[in-house]
Amino acid sequence: MEPLGRRRFLRATLAGSTWLGPLASHLARAAEADHSGAPARSVIVLWLAGGPSQLETFDPHPGSKIAGGTRHIATAVKDIFLAEGLERVAEQMASISLIRSMMSREGDHERGTYNLKTGFRPDPTVTHPSLGAVACRELPVESCEIPRHVSILHSQWPGRGGYLGDAFDAFLTGDPLGPVPDTRSYLTPARDRARVDHLGALDRTFGRGREKRVEATLHRETMRSALKMMTSEQLKAFDVSLEPQATRRMYGETPFGRGCLAARRLIETGVRCVEVNLGGWDTHANNHQFVSNNLKILDPAFAGLIRDLRERGLLDRTLVLCMGEFGRTPSINPAGGRDHWPGGFSIALAGGGIRGGRVVGETDPDGRKEPASQVQVGGLFATIFTALGIDYQKVNQTPIGRTVRFSEGQPLEKLLGGS
Amino acid sequence: MELNAGAPMNFLKNIAFLMIVGCGMAALAAGLVPPHSGPPAVAPTGVDEGIRQAIGRVDKAFAAAWSREGIQPALPADALTVARRLSLGLTGTIPSLEEIRKLEALPEGDRLDWWISHLLHDRRYADFVAERFARVFVGTENGPFIFFRRRKFVLWLAAEIARNRPYDQIVRDLITTGGLWTDKPATNFITVTIEPDNKEKQNQPDPVRLAGRVTRAFLGIRLDCAQCHDHPFADWKQGDFEGFAAFFGQTRVGFRGVHDGSGEFKVQDRKTREYRVVEPRVARSPELLPEDGSLRQRLAAWVTHRENPWFAKATVNRLWAILCGQPLVSPIDNLEAVESHPEALSILADDFSRNGYDLARLVRIIAGTRAYRHESLSRLDSSEKAEKAWASFPLSRLRPEQVAGSVIQAASISTIDAESHLVTRLMRFGEQNDFVKRYGDSGDDEFDGRGGTIPQRLVMMNGKLVLEKTRGGPFNTTTRVEWLAGNDESALEALFLATLTRRPDREEREHFTRALADRNGSRGGNIQDIFWALVNSAEFSWNH
Repeated sequence: MEPLGRRRFLRATLAGSTWLGPLASHLARAAEADHSGAPARSVIVLWLAGGPSQLETFDPHPGSKIAGGTRHIATAVKDIFLAEGLERVAEQMASISLIRSMMSREGDHERGTYNLKTGFRPDPTVTHPSLGAVACRELPVESCEIPRHVSILHSQWPGRGGYLGDAFDAFLTGDPLGPVPDTRSYLTPARDRARVDHLGALDRTFGRGREKRVEATLHRETMRSALKMMTSEQLKAFDVSLEPQATRRMYGETPFGRGCLAARRLIETGVRCVEVNLGGWDTHANNHQFVSNNLKILDPAFAGLIRDLRERGLLDRTLVLCMGEFGRTPSINPAGGRDHWPGGFSIALAGGGIRGGRVVGETDPDGRKEPASQVQVGGLFATIFTALGIDYQKVNQTPIGRTVRFSEGQPLEKLLGGS
Repeated sequence: MELNAGAPMNFLKNIAFLMIVGCGMAALAAGLVPPHSGPPAVAPTGVDEGIRQAIGRVDKAFAAAWSREGIQPALPADALTVARRLSLGLTGTIPSLEEIRKLEALPEGDRLDWWISHLLHDRRYADFVAERFARVFVGTENGPFIFFRRRKFVLWLAAEIARNRPYDQIVRDLITTGGLWTDKPATNFITVTIEPDNKEKQNQPDPVRLAGRVTRAFLGIRLDCAQCHDHPFADWKQGDFEGFAAFFGQTRVGFRGVHDGSGEFKVQDRKTREYRVVEPRVARSPELLPEDGSLRQRLAAWVTHRENPWFAKATVNRLWAILCGQPLVSPIDNLEAVESHPEALSILADDFSRNGYDLARLVRIIAGTRAYRHESLSRLDSSEKAEKAWASFPLSRLRPEQVAGSVIQAASISTIDAESHLVTRLMRFGEQNDFVKRYGDSGDDEFDGRGGTIPQRLVMMNGKLVLEKTRGGPFNTTTRVEWLAGNDESALEALFLATLTRRPDREEREHFTRALADRNGSRGGNIQDIFWALVNSAEFSWNH
């Protein structure tokens, strides 16, 4: 459900207004939260779908039996080593921190994705909002005419609004080389005007005798916002062809690289959360080969994003996360693959509110013992929300009247308090 | 898994095109203009006296409630408005122009009874209602591929609904069937709870999730809350939930599929971390639990027992929600948490259990009530109190596939139904999938009264589906209206009926007659603009 306060507000302002007339909905939102002083104001999630192998990315154990030949490389931070293939990310290590002891109880892609995107395990009695939806709900609006929650490139389970309502669902878009879907009218402006004029005529009839309820459909309001978005200058934020060749090359000329570049442009425009998706990590066979190919895409894009944000002075107020739904088994199966492993995997965090160059947790080089300093998914989310200046303990009402907090965990103090 | 409908679909589309062109122009005119004579082939079915009486009892209960609260109910809606609701609720799309013509050829008093019979005998009814029930029974996820076949499950359920199998028998099948999920589709209800990647559970069904599903889907009770703590509103204890789950404690899955094993059901204590044995036990009406049979058979008998009031109430509430867009009692699966229920719920539940859990009969009764057949508008605009008391019909947002289905139906004069050629149906499914993704599926929480979203407006205004259905094409409504409508009046009537299932009012007729004559655009272009506006209106994407 939409928050009631907003609904009521809209009802009040809409009564008597002309069709598609100006609305003060932004005021309703702006009154909801003031976050001056909070470290990060936006979040970018690099989502590695399928469950990336921690051993070939952020938690290598070279020379051990479980490495399967994977070597490590030194980074800009003494004592932190990454797997070979992340050379450019290694240069940015002073800005990046790692959690190497992520623990979840979900080993299925769909359930694990839900867990790592919302901070909660799937629960049949409530659908939790994803990180991006919470960020959009809790962080200030500013003057953003484009969706504030965006998911770039195909994702099977993009971020959802959950109990906050599907107004907080991610807006789905593809490779930034192409047009933003469904935003281009295929008509002349004259015919566009005729059509909107027709809508007004139909709306008058439908509203008669049920004005308040037709207002509550938000049809007019969403139509107005959609039309505004279609003609908004801010749509250019999606268009990476406006960037210098050198910048595009730095991110890598791949759909994912372009997605990361578009993510930076979007948060500059006031977008609160951008999810950029990179699939191909479900390496049940030929793990090393597949991961090595994926790193050629991830390395320049992730490193380029951190560097670009820093050079533009945006890193301090942008939280960047790089993660998937779980990790992969220490043992290598007969097909040369690694299977699902939710008990001790890695994620990387950088930017606003997060201290760089730190590592939390440690896994066993033999893959037999439980990881040290384990971090539960709830703790990760409490940390993320704190970095964004969101009260992670805030109590919310679900549509059925159940109370749920944004996160059930405790923030990791070691990672908080800097950038 | 996604439907990848790339190359083969294009090929099929080409074939479909050739076939339809080959059919000749004569067929195109069908439905656009009213037939000169002859009633529809299906004769109106007389309404059973028992059904009439049940409708009378429900109407009386509502009338008493309205008068108690001093609410003036809305006026009766016209037949077309009700027919549209019925089509959306029972088949997921709006009526075709062809169907509207058949309906209007009947004497006024017979129209809706004929319409309900017509829809209940249409395969689209079983398919659509099965999908809606399946969301509650097994969820919307694809589930564990090795152990679960959602499509098979839905097809089975649709076949059972098509032959109007008593609902209690269907539910007993869901709880008790054994065998392989590929061979005995009902077992997918059990196997969907297997988590293949969870090593602790060793590829076995999850009694806790099953207990939660059984209570929510069949009894309208959220017992799951008691999984972690005592129920916040109702009188359920954590032990009650565990006792309920224990009925699935011997359900096993092996090479031969689902079967009953032996052994005890153990749960880990949340505090002490120790395991303790839990005996199967129902917290309410234990006298309804039979002594004999397997654990699952005993549970199924208790759930569907005629004396178990929750079973019939939960089903009535759900079917009401499917038909009306909102449940009679909200939230749909937490009946116990709501202090008082409208008397109509008990009357309908009582009739349902006394008459062999006959779903088609229940549809006829609900659809016959005053509450179902009156307007969604009222002279005074309705207060929230009146809405809550069902004194006017609610507005509810259509599901994405209802919107997609309606766009596709509106663009075709003739009915796209289960008898249509397979190719047309394939095209329809392919088109829907892409659209549903962009429009956004509300998943399991389907009745929680939300407003529309910006991406929905964008995909309707500029998306591929509406573009393809709006622009000229030999079988699109816009083209047929351009070629075949004799004058502006009949063109507007056909466009309105095909999209909004109503005729334009005086103001609209004036506005759109001017629009048709606009010299800045071609007549075809003007017609397309009107069609576009009709499908982009709030009226089109809301049930009302």
